[in-house]
Amino acid sequence: MSRLLAPGDRLPAILILALAALALLILIGPVVVVIVTSFTTSQALRFPPPGLTFRWYQELFDPVRSAQIHRAAGNSLLVAITVAAFSTGLATAAALGIARSGARWARAAEGTFLAPLVLPGIAYGLATLMFFSWLRLPPSFWLLVAGHAMIATPFALRTVGASAAGLDGSLLDASAALGASPWRTFHKVILPLITPGVAAGAFLAFISSLDNVPVSLFLGSASNDMLPIRLWGMMETSLDVRVAAASGVLVAVAFLLLLVMDRMVGLVRKMAG
Amino acid sequence: MEPKGAWRLALPLALAQVLFFLAPLLILAATSLATDENLSAVSGQAWAEVLGDSFNLGAAWNTLRLGAMTVLATTVLAVPLALLHLAAGPGLKKLILLAAVLPLLTSVVVRTFAWIAILGREGVINNALIATGLATAPVPLLQTEHGLILALTQIEMPLMLLPLIAAMARIDPVLLDASAALGASLLRTLRRVVLPIALPGLLAGATLVFASAATAFISQSVIGGGRLAYLPYLVWQQAMVVFNWPLAAALALTLMASVLAVVTALSALGRKVAHV
Repeated sequence: MSRLLAPGDRLPAILILALAALALLILIGPVVVVIVTSFTTSQALRFPPPGLTFRWYQELFDPVRSAQIHRAAGNSLLVAITVAAFSTGLATAAALGIARSGARWARAAEGTFLAPLVLPGIAYGLATLMFFSWLRLPPSFWLLVAGHAMIATPFALRTVGASAAGLDGSLLDASAALGASPWRTFHKVILPLITPGVAAGAFLAFISSLDNVPVSLFLGSASNDMLPIRLWGMMETSLDVRVAAASGVLVAVAFLLLLVMDRMVGLVRKMAG
Repeated sequence: MEPKGAWRLALPLALAQVLFFLAPLLILAATSLATDENLSAVSGQAWAEVLGDSFNLGAAWNTLRLGAMTVLATTVLAVPLALLHLAAGPGLKKLILLAAVLPLLTSVVVRTFAWIAILGREGVINNALIATGLATAPVPLLQTEHGLILALTQIEMPLMLLPLIAAMARIDPVLLDASAALGASLLRTLRRVVLPIALPGLLAGATLVFASAATAFISQSVIGGGRLAYLPYLVWQQAMVVFNWPLAAALALTLMASVLAVVTALSALGRKVAHV
């Protein structure tokens, strides 16, 4: 902060630095605690652990003893991939529509499309249960996808929207004037320009669905058990240390995905702007 | 892609939202005004139970207070960290952004679980307190409101930090140098130069943190426990354990209305600030 400092500024500067350091500690500390705890030899969540072992990871990957967790993880992955595909498609089309027509309705539409971001998820989750039960539809894979997609699409719309807003209209006009069909213009001109936004949007929609609790809480069922709900159940009933191992795996996956996406599309910058 | 027909591209999403977003919310509202989940007859019973019961109203108050306290705590910590990001070199900048984004990508279940290991009887905090002699026996932290606020501070901080960092990125470093060169103290520079530009980001962050903390079902139920009554848990309990769907719907709408009221107020404030 040297640029800002005058002689009388030492105290406020130290206070700001101390709070910033505390904030970093609070942000990163829990992630470290989870990873260390997942190697504990103890049956209880003692920290620091009395000794280190791979036991909980072995139990977590045991196909018989952890069959339910594996099935829930499979369901969650399948739903998340499907949701990412639908959400990205819907969001890309909508973002291009909004960016290409500068009309006043476009801003209003964007506000409406983003509304699910601030609506309490738990109210929406309950609403989907009541709606589908009113339609006499039993819980199913596709209903989960529909519910997750409504929450995931705004995340995709934000990043695709930012890319689409930067499109140069004269490029598209030139493409059309040279006789390209709208589809060819999309494929050859638009898509290459907005790919980073689309990829980041697909990634955020995927993560949103994978972590979704409020919709899965109400639309999940015995045959459509979802991973976050299963882990929540394990935390509520018995303090199973396998949750720590599962958490360790999820943190590692998130970290790897983050590195890959950041290398490919500058995800970290996108999320901070 | 002629601009004239461009609006048609937004149709699929609009249609999907009417069908799978708006329609369910209408059924939710209808159920809150019905005698049972089959919508057999109209009744004000559920709303009378929400608005006439001090337990339910108390839960609504607790939920809003929890959101407000989390906004306060995340602000106190995220503003200094965003300032550090503003002044930091590229390496530290990257570290701060990673620290903000990584928790956002790990499941809320994982982040909640971490806090059981931190706040528990044999957790990080209690072991540290006993080792340093500050406490002789474990202090109860799980199933308390301050334990929950502490956990939510970490869980929600990225939602405050990222808009703040984005807003502060618009600050021209030349302004800061000029302010210092003209003899302004650090605090004065922060108040007169940084704060006006960062304020919209602060309000955007407050909106996101409030909406997320007030409705954080998993953290509230696992760290807060059953003794602390918050609306999201009551909604789930009435819907999935008691099977009183009209009451569950009325509670869910109460949650929605109170959160949306605060969110609307904050964004109105944000627009006002942006115009000044």
